[in-house]
Amino acid sequence: MTKFNAWNVFKNGLNGQTGWSRQWRDPEPKSSYDVVIVGGGLHGLATAYYLAKNHNINNIAVLEKGWIGGGNAGRNTTIVRSNYMMPGNREFYEHSLKLWENLSHDLNYNVMFSQRAHVVLIHSPASLDAYARRYNTMKLTGSDGELWDLKTLKKKIPHLNYDNVRFPILGAIVQPRAGNARHDSAAWGYARAADSLGVDILQNCEVTGVSRKNGTIESLQTSRGIIKGKKIGFAVAGHTSLLWQMAELGNLPIESHKLQAFVTESIKPLLDCVLIYGPGGAAHFYISQSDKGSMVFGGELDWYKSYAQRGNLPTVKENGECAMAIMPCLGRLRLLRHWAGVMDMSMDGSFFMCKTPISNLYLNAGWNYGGFKASPASGWYFADLIANERPHKIIENHNLERFEKGINLDERGIGPDPKMHG
Amino acid sequence: MIRIKCPYCGERDHSEFSYGGDASIVYPSLDAPQKDWVKAIFFRENIRGVQKETWHHLNGCRMWLEVERSTITHKITSVKPCHPELQKIVELKK
Repeated sequence: MTKFNAWNVFKNGLNGQTGWSRQWRDPEPKSSYDVVIVGGGLHGLATAYYLAKNHNINNIAVLEKGWIGGGNAGRNTTIVRSNYMMPGNREFYEHSLKLWENLSHDLNYNVMFSQRAHVVLIHSPASLDAYARRYNTMKLTGSDGELWDLKTLKKKIPHLNYDNVRFPILGAIVQPRAGNARHDSAAWGYARAADSLGVDILQNCEVTGVSRKNGTIESLQTSRGIIKGKKIGFAVAGHTSLLWQMAELGNLPIESHKLQAFVTESIKPLLDCVLIYGPGGAAHFYISQSDKGSMVFGGELDWYKSYAQRGNLPTVKENGECAMAIMPCLGRLRLLRHWAGVMDMSMDGSFFMCKTPISNLYLNAGWNYGGFKASPASGWYFADLIANERPHKIIENHNLERFEKGINLDERGIGPDPKMHG
Repeated sequence: MIRIKCPYCGERDHSEFSYGGDASIVYPSLDAPQKDWVKAIFFRENIRGVQKETWHHLNGCRMWLEVERSTITHKITSVKPCHPELQKIVELKK
């Protein structure tokens, strides 16, 4: 791997860009590895990277059924924030945000992390109080947050619909360190960095069967042959239930739902933050502008369980209505693309990162809407779990037993209905 | 758009309906052990393929329906009332 630095850029500028090597190898699978991670998304790649970097385990394979960046890594709206309140969640996501802040240097790959602020509009005194409480709680673990009154908000974002009679805007609660990163870069950066530490990234390698022996997983049948692993990690958001049942482990507290996202044609700079519009549960809408100038936005799930990676029209309409309600100036923009990703929606809206009934199997699943921003910390703590065979204190309650113990990590306080945890 | 053939109202857009969830869940008796209740409330088979699920015709007749639908193609193969007695009446009328 050729390192990206000023000297190499200069040198390759002189020799016609011929001195660059490929970003990661395309190795043949070995018959066995110390650790096999199933799922070559951001979480799987980050896990492999931190296993190699933090724990000196280098004999690792990452199995990806498609290609790197082809799953949910390429299907999100790229928002990074840490405004969580539940214990465990807030330390976890704050650590993730800190990792994002240095990720480009760490990976030697520009992930284009832009801390442009995450601005949540407030429409009622009750939600103002609720958000003030949430952001004050966040501050206890070192996250940042501030309250903007209407005057400040109008100065910062003048072109919102401030005459909305049904949902008047009172102000905004803001996390200035939050923002956007480039999703493809994060996937490619982690893949390249993991590969340079000796990790085998095996694309087009779908797991088709799991062989168990004496309470352990002996091997995985894949489309590229049988692969053995001393330790196995599942990190296949969206399809975790299928893999779990392949290992004959029964049911999970997860339903697969699809979430749509939308991209408009490119325009000149219009919005320099991530904007959230969610008046009292009546709507849920988030929008930002990509570096190419497209408006990127999304909202609620499609409301019914689905494994299809394509969306439905009522949700398109609803998102369009939200956009018009808050930024009427978008009215004449045309949609370029919209797509859907399959999410693990968990029963309380929080993730699972834990040991399993099989002694050499570890689970990383249930990311709901929060998978993209979580990926660095997810890799960090999942690697820690696999290497040390015990959950870190921060994720000690992110297991499958938390429901029977009554430890629901339910940020929205909405109960065991997966589709509601948006 | 999914179209659901409501036994009372005829074929309607799914946006008239509200999604319930897995219809195959049977709640245990009230004095069943806690583990059984945890399983029924929190754990799901999460089928990739044809599953039984409930839909509420919220902006129509407000009846609860049991629908068999593929979670891959969204194709619906059966719609009937959730309540067994109402199922019988609908069958008789056919």
